[in-house]
Amino acid sequence: MTKKDKTDGEMLKGTLDMMILRTLVTGDAHGHTIAKVIERTSEDVLEVEQGSLYPALHRLEDRGWVSSFWGASENNRKAKFYRLTAAGRKQLVRETSRWRQMIRAIGLVMGEEAMEDGGTR
Amino acid sequence: MRWLRFFRRRRADAELREEIEAYLAEETAENIARGMKPEEARRMARIKLGNPRSVRETLWQQNSVSLVDTLGRDLKYATRTLLRTPGFSLIAIAVMALCIGATTALFTVVRSVLFRPLPFRDPGRLVMLYEHFRDSRSNQEGFNYNTVAPADYYDWRAQTHGFEDMAAMRYWQFNLTGERGDLPELVSARGGSWNLFPLLGVPAAIGRTFTEGEDRLDGSAVMLTWTLFERRFAGDASIVGRQIHLDGKPYTVVGVLPQWFNYPDAKVQVWVPYLSGLPPDIVPHHDYHFSAVVARLRPDVSLASALSQVEAVQYRLHSQYLNAPVAEDVAPRNINDDLARDVKKPLLILMCAVACMLLIGCLNVANLLVARGAARQREVAIRGALGAQRLTLIRGQLTESLLICLAGGGGGVLLSLAATNWMARTWKDLPNAVGIHVDSVVLAFACALVFSAALLAGLLPAISSTGKAVFASLQASSRTTSGNLSRATLRKTLLTVEIAVTVVLLIGAGLLLTSFVRLRSTDVGCVTGNVLTLDLSLPAQKYGSPEKVNAFYETLLEKLRDLPGGRAVALGSVLPGEGNGGDNVFTIREHPPLKPGELLPDALIRRADPGYFSALQIPLLNGRFFASDDRLNRSRKVVISKQFARQYFPGEDPVGRTIHVPAHNDADYEIVGVVGDTLWQVGKPVEPTMYFPILEGGLDHGLTLAIRTDSDPLAMSVPVQKQIAGLDSELPVSNVQTMQQAIGDSLGNASFSAALVLSFAVLSLVLASVGLYGVLSYLMTQRTTELGVRMALGAQRDQVLRLILFDGLKPAIIGLALGSAASAGITQLIRSMLYDTRPLDPTVYVAVTFTLLMVATLACMIPAWRASRLDPMQALRAE
Repeated sequence: MTKKDKTDGEMLKGTLDMMILRTLVTGDAHGHTIAKVIERTSEDVLEVEQGSLYPALHRLEDRGWVSSFWGASENNRKAKFYRLTAAGRKQLVRETSRWRQMIRAIGLVMGEEAMEDGGTR
Repeated sequence: MRWLRFFRRRRADAELREEIEAYLAEETAENIARGMKPEEARRMARIKLGNPRSVRETLWQQNSVSLVDTLGRDLKYATRTLLRTPGFSLIAIAVMALCIGATTALFTVVRSVLFRPLPFRDPGRLVMLYEHFRDSRSNQEGFNYNTVAPADYYDWRAQTHGFEDMAAMRYWQFNLTGERGDLPELVSARGGSWNLFPLLGVPAAIGRTFTEGEDRLDGSAVMLTWTLFERRFAGDASIVGRQIHLDGKPYTVVGVLPQWFNYPDAKVQVWVPYLSGLPPDIVPHHDYHFSAVVARLRPDVSLASALSQVEAVQYRLHSQYLNAPVAEDVAPRNINDDLARDVKKPLLILMCAVACMLLIGCLNVANLLVARGAARQREVAIRGALGAQRLTLIRGQLTESLLICLAGGGGGVLLSLAATNWMARTWKDLPNAVGIHVDSVVLAFACALVFSAALLAGLLPAISSTGKAVFASLQASSRTTSGNLSRATLRKTLLTVEIAVTVVLLIGAGLLLTSFVRLRSTDVGCVTGNVLTLDLSLPAQKYGSPEKVNAFYETLLEKLRDLPGGRAVALGSVLPGEGNGGDNVFTIREHPPLKPGELLPDALIRRADPGYFSALQIPLLNGRFFASDDRLNRSRKVVISKQFARQYFPGEDPVGRTIHVPAHNDADYEIVGVVGDTLWQVGKPVEPTMYFPILEGGLDHGLTLAIRTDSDPLAMSVPVQKQIAGLDSELPVSNVQTMQQAIGDSLGNASFSAALVLSFAVLSLVLASVGLYGVLSYLMTQRTTELGVRMALGAQRDQVLRLILFDGLKPAIIGLALGSAASAGITQLIRSMLYDTRPLDPTVYVAVTFTLLMVATLACMIPAWRASRLDPMQALRAE
């Protein structure tokens, strides 16, 4: 297993919370699934460190954007599931639109070059 | 929410562990599905997860409120450390409790007496007005507030406009007799002008206050204070409208004052209108001073401009009566200070003394903490090396001193409650119009005290024991002592300061004590041992004629003289050492008329029975005493004191001369004798005094009896009172005490402040010597090895003894020198409180130096002696 370049997997600050919320839109999930979904959907570019996943989940729960309950996993193991709350849904909408604005703004600043660079990858 | 999570951290952590387990299981299962062997699958899952502990720690911290967390940890560590050395902790806590308690108690009293506004309407605009004489004699004692003459007051009120209103008050006392044969009682009273209560903003609790029409010479309205109303009339409101008898005369109760109203002091039982009962010829006088005037400033006028109007009126009056004692000026006085009278200065001095003691207490605790800091040097160094920040270390040590101060402060506040109570009860001169008690400001003060003491006691040792140099001790071998040198210097400096402050306290206390002892041993001018005194007064109603009065006096004297155990009896208006009793101006017939601007001669006025002087052993210097024939109209005779003769008859024989006293029967009196001087109050200069025969008729309000006895005078009190009651059962007798007690009471302030300052000083001395002992013991332990080496190399035991002794005595001697120098300046502040004692009294300085050196030597001797007994071999092996 080759060690990935550190910068590749590093996430932009504050985006993990948003992605967790987004993952939960499709349905309740436990920590392992959430991490897997984010990794797979990002075509394995993003790697979710457990050290940040669990604190993030607790933070979200603390703010009332997700709720948690103990249930049985696909393999019939006891696992803690997370569910998006109504407040979490609203927060996701807010975050998403903010994110889009940010992307657009950064794109405008970086211009063609950045796009090309991105294209060659 | 976050707060709640703080308390659920443990559960959250358990859940997280389960969650992590679940994750591992999922990942392992997935890896197995990918075709790995179970062990490999598990290992990979763990690698992917990373360190589960760090995940848990992150979450744990996220759930913590960091301040609460660290504070809790600090508290836990500090409590543990303190509990590990209970002896040290108890001593430190006791020291702080004592110091904080004393400071808080004194602050409570100072605040209640000097600073808390009186409970009147808008008290900030109330001011007392007094007359102010310009001559040097009036100003020599630094106190120049002369009571106001009634005519002056009426002129001020009528002719000035800067004050909303002015009211007058005067002292009075009545013989209160009941309608139904209740016990007679001498009650302290005040006369207040009708506008006094409206001016203060005090409504009657029941009934009403006086009306303008009632404030007249034959007025017979009376108001009761709440205490009398409750005590004597059982709180029965129907007393309003009924009559009570004061000096045998009926007065109608118009109202009862509120319970909280204790002005000007709690002893006052009844109020009558200002003019009520005054002799008619006194009111138009501008030189008959007996009133206090309270004025309310108009909101739109400054005190200076309001005062200048009153002063203009007063100066005009002064110019109008050039020879009479009519003051030139008017002096305003803060109404709180006016109530505090003589206690303000002693209070402030006590406050300073107690602050010094607090400082010493803090220094002592700081010193003890420095010593502990040394013992824990390694621990601090290791924690520092492991990455504890300096601030964390300082905070930890501060928490310790904070805990000590908090515990001490808690005990101190409890202590101060008791101490405040005790002071209010014991110190009779304290005014109590506001009530002396702990309030929120006092509690806030105590809290501030606790935290500043904690900071003072903790910061210095904490900073010194966490400095960079500390880490050197890790590198150094355990045998070196150089790392401790700076700490030893710090301790010695603290100690020097402590001793210097102690010396200042000791010298101050010594001066006050010397002054008090000199006051106590002052010769009053008459016999004071084995004398029983008591006060009584005859009601005018019952003793209407001079013959009746004289008959009573003579029968009483005769009966008392016959009592077994009694040697002699004196009956007079006032006894020596028991107060002023009033003074009068007079003219000397044989002398030329006064030049304009020259003041009329003035002397204290006393009345005495023929046996007065011989009973009190006041010597006759010239002429004769009164004879029993000097009575009624044949008695225009007067006896004067030595000072009187010296002051007004310099170089001539006063016997046979005639004086004319306008305020005393407006008659001529022939001087028949000159007697020795007596003091009217201990500690005050001798005043010229004139004595009139008590048998000349006319009623004196207060009378004092003095009975000289063979043995314990108090044993005579019951037989004496029985004799009086046998003559007239309605006569109230009060203040039954020995003459020494009576004189001692008049020295209340001096004895109280001397005793308190002395006890603070002694406590400080104990603290300082404990500090000295502690520092030296510590230094000795530090130097055990060094001493062992010295002794092994041949140092003699007495050399070691001297070495350690001088090491300890050095800070004591430097502190002594500094303290003495500081005292020379500071004690000038208490100069006015000292009687016959100079602030630089050499005896006191020598005594304090000697005491301090003795105590310091003793404190140093123990560790020094122990050092000299060291076994060099053991000392060398000790490390």
